[in-house]
Amino acid sequence: MKVAKRTFDAVIVGAGGAGLRAALQLSEAGMKTAVLTKVFPTRSHTVAAQGGVAASLGNSTEDNWHWHMYDTVKGSDWLGDQDAIEFMVKKANEVVVELEHYGMPFDRTDNGKIYQRPFGGHSQNYGQTPVSRSCAAADRTGHAMLHALYQRNVRANTQFFVEWMAMDLIRNADGDVLGVTAMEMETGEVSIFHAKATIFATGGAGRIYYSSTNAFINTGDGVGMAARAGIPLEDMEFWQFHPTGVAGAGVLITEGVRGEGGILRNASGERFMERYAPNLKDLASRDVVSRSMVTEINEGRGCGSDKDHVLLDITHLSPETINKRLPGIREISIQFAGVDPIKAPIPVVPTCHYQMGGIPTNYKGQVVVPKDGNPNVPIAGFYAAGECACASVHGANRLGTNSLLDLLVFGKAAGETVVNDFKSGQLSLKPLPENAADVSLARIARLESQTGGEDVHEVRLAMQRTMQKHAGVFRFADSLKEGVTAILEVAERAKTTQIKDKSKVWNTARTEALELDNLIEVAKATMISAEARKESRGAHVRDDAIDCAETPNGRDDKNWLKHTLWYSEGNRLDYKPVNLQPLSPEVEPIALAKRTY
Amino acid sequence: MSSKRTVQFKIYRYDPDKDDKPYMQDISVDLEESDKKLLDALVRLKAKDDTLSFRRSCREGVCGSDAMNINGKNGLACLTAIDELPQPVTIRPLPGLPVIRDVIVDMTQFFKQYHSIKPYLINNDPAPERERLQTPEDREELNGLYECILCACCSTSCPSFWWNPDKFVGPAGLLAAYRFLADTRDQATSERLDNLEDPYRLFRCHSIMNCVDVCPKGLNPTKAIGKIKDMMLRRAV
Repeated sequence: MKVAKRTFDAVIVGAGGAGLRAALQLSEAGMKTAVLTKVFPTRSHTVAAQGGVAASLGNSTEDNWHWHMYDTVKGSDWLGDQDAIEFMVKKANEVVVELEHYGMPFDRTDNGKIYQRPFGGHSQNYGQTPVSRSCAAADRTGHAMLHALYQRNVRANTQFFVEWMAMDLIRNADGDVLGVTAMEMETGEVSIFHAKATIFATGGAGRIYYSSTNAFINTGDGVGMAARAGIPLEDMEFWQFHPTGVAGAGVLITEGVRGEGGILRNASGERFMERYAPNLKDLASRDVVSRSMVTEINEGRGCGSDKDHVLLDITHLSPETINKRLPGIREISIQFAGVDPIKAPIPVVPTCHYQMGGIPTNYKGQVVVPKDGNPNVPIAGFYAAGECACASVHGANRLGTNSLLDLLVFGKAAGETVVNDFKSGQLSLKPLPENAADVSLARIARLESQTGGEDVHEVRLAMQRTMQKHAGVFRFADSLKEGVTAILEVAERAKTTQIKDKSKVWNTARTEALELDNLIEVAKATMISAEARKESRGAHVRDDAIDCAETPNGRDDKNWLKHTLWYSEGNRLDYKPVNLQPLSPEVEPIALAKRTY
Repeated sequence: MSSKRTVQFKIYRYDPDKDDKPYMQDISVDLEESDKKLLDALVRLKAKDDTLSFRRSCREGVCGSDAMNINGKNGLACLTAIDELPQPVTIRPLPGLPVIRDVIVDMTQFFKQYHSIKPYLINNDPAPERERLQTPEDREELNGLYECILCACCSTSCPSFWWNPDKFVGPAGLLAAYRFLADTRDQATSERLDNLEDPYRLFRCHSIMNCVDVCPKGLNPTKAIGKIKDMMLRRAV
């Protein structure tokens, strides 16, 4: 097969929030940039974010970045790196104001400023009272943000390769990254994108679970590509289960609903969060609320004939507030739950939502790996930002609205780093290894000729069921062990998937088979990292971790205050220290403490 | 327990790699209890026949991928209740755009028109330190405009767009044009109106209102187009 070669200063994979924000930096600096995306940019999953983006603008209530930093470190259960967290919260106002200047239609306060609402885990004065920190465009913040970023890229003449699926990372013998191979979906042809810099902004892999708020396209493509190319994945055992997915459908209901005053109730109508989080109640952080909900359901206080969900109640809010602040939620609730929330509460369950781990990076967006005793050595030419990356600002549990902030801050930072490296002459076009496309061509050839294998959807379903059963909201030592065996078996089955569609043109069966390869890497990383982490921290809670003075909430800082690194080859695990040291002397490290809300 | 539901489909099929011409395929699929929307049924159908090709992503009506012609009317598969559709359910690609394969159309012309209206805020003042101020009332002017998901249901149901897709901006592009005209932060009003002052770009809209009828987000491009025409008129006198 003939392989075309295209050469750029930089290639960005993914055109969601992080990819578009990075692209803007490169386009405006005049770099010759290719943005590859498997869907038209405004179809990326950032579009589905609802409740807002965090910034301590203080437009409605007093706020500052110190409080935001404290909340984020505490939310992460101290697994977040404090240098990256300080960097992010200090940049928040700048990147949000920039978006406003790009035209993003934020809601407004009476005095014309950006409207802000309370959100889970965000507080004033180090955990005392809820703060209005979430900058919102009704409950369509992601949509408004993604479109504004795309529009700004139209203005900047960014060059997009729309409906091109990146397949494999290209590295040379030194391990430097030289670009990617990618398939044009319309023709099925594979090309090499040879570049001085490669930025991954490919989003998360929420589709490894059976029940997920995530879009079909969230298949962890960049994460899978990096893993297959020998790069370790960081902290993949930490997955966020969003408290409020529509029961049965999985579609997201924003935490902003609770920010506007919504209340979770069990079968007897009790506001049960008062028992679990006396201070922040329904606005405790997501891992805490999800576990409380599952506990209510497990103890027989769930709602409905199967007692398998709880209710999110906003019937006490005025119809005007609901229509003004939560119009999209009303639409979704009517469409997917058959309930008008003005009249009746919405049935909800915790649903897989966000990948806290990912490709290890530093706060500049450089991908870093252990080398010669240094745990964080940048890989030449390789950068990552957004959900696919692990900076790590979310640690063991992300706060709501910090994901949109993450993709803005680190999308921009990765872009700035590339531009600086480019201008200072540190980036060069290194010679491609011979047969740089061979791995990708072999994957396609296998799908062409495979016989006797299983259908892709069957193997994918087996993976999703396995993840759901063995690595859910609560985790059990025995079940995790079984899960490791089970997921490795599924991974074997994925090697011989078979597709009937042999067309070159828009072959979605082939795309789904290639996506499955990426999902499987993420699923293995998750299960194996989770089985190995013998403590409870943030979203990772095990039955055999004991809550006592030495290990508060089951968190074992003596042995487990460290980042996991999983390598695909041999499923090897390694660990690296958490950076507890902030970036600047302006702030003291946030000291370890038991986490309560 | 409800009995098994079966849905009969008539689906437009065309693979340029093997078909001389398009054909309508009769096919049925058994649904599971949890299948509520047309998209659920199509995903189930694809599990049975992986050659069926369609775009989809968010499955909640916000990404705009799965627009198609459903029993003669454009809509999103993920927001269309399967049980409410008369059978056989006839699925065709969006009308008026070239078909690439099955229900996947080439949207180049649609996006070209969107890009032609300069879909970005133009404000040449130096950027202030903080946000530009906008009253809640001024911000409200953008409601019903900014929520467009670029699914193309409207433009591809518009006869004026069918006849002149290269010259008429179409309802989606014009809705976006008005979104910026209506934004108090935008300074390019006259430039934007100049850009539409032409027998085709704006004035091919004859208020047939198919766009309003099909918009899955409940938006009203015809009304926005009317407001642009008003602005044109006001500046002429």
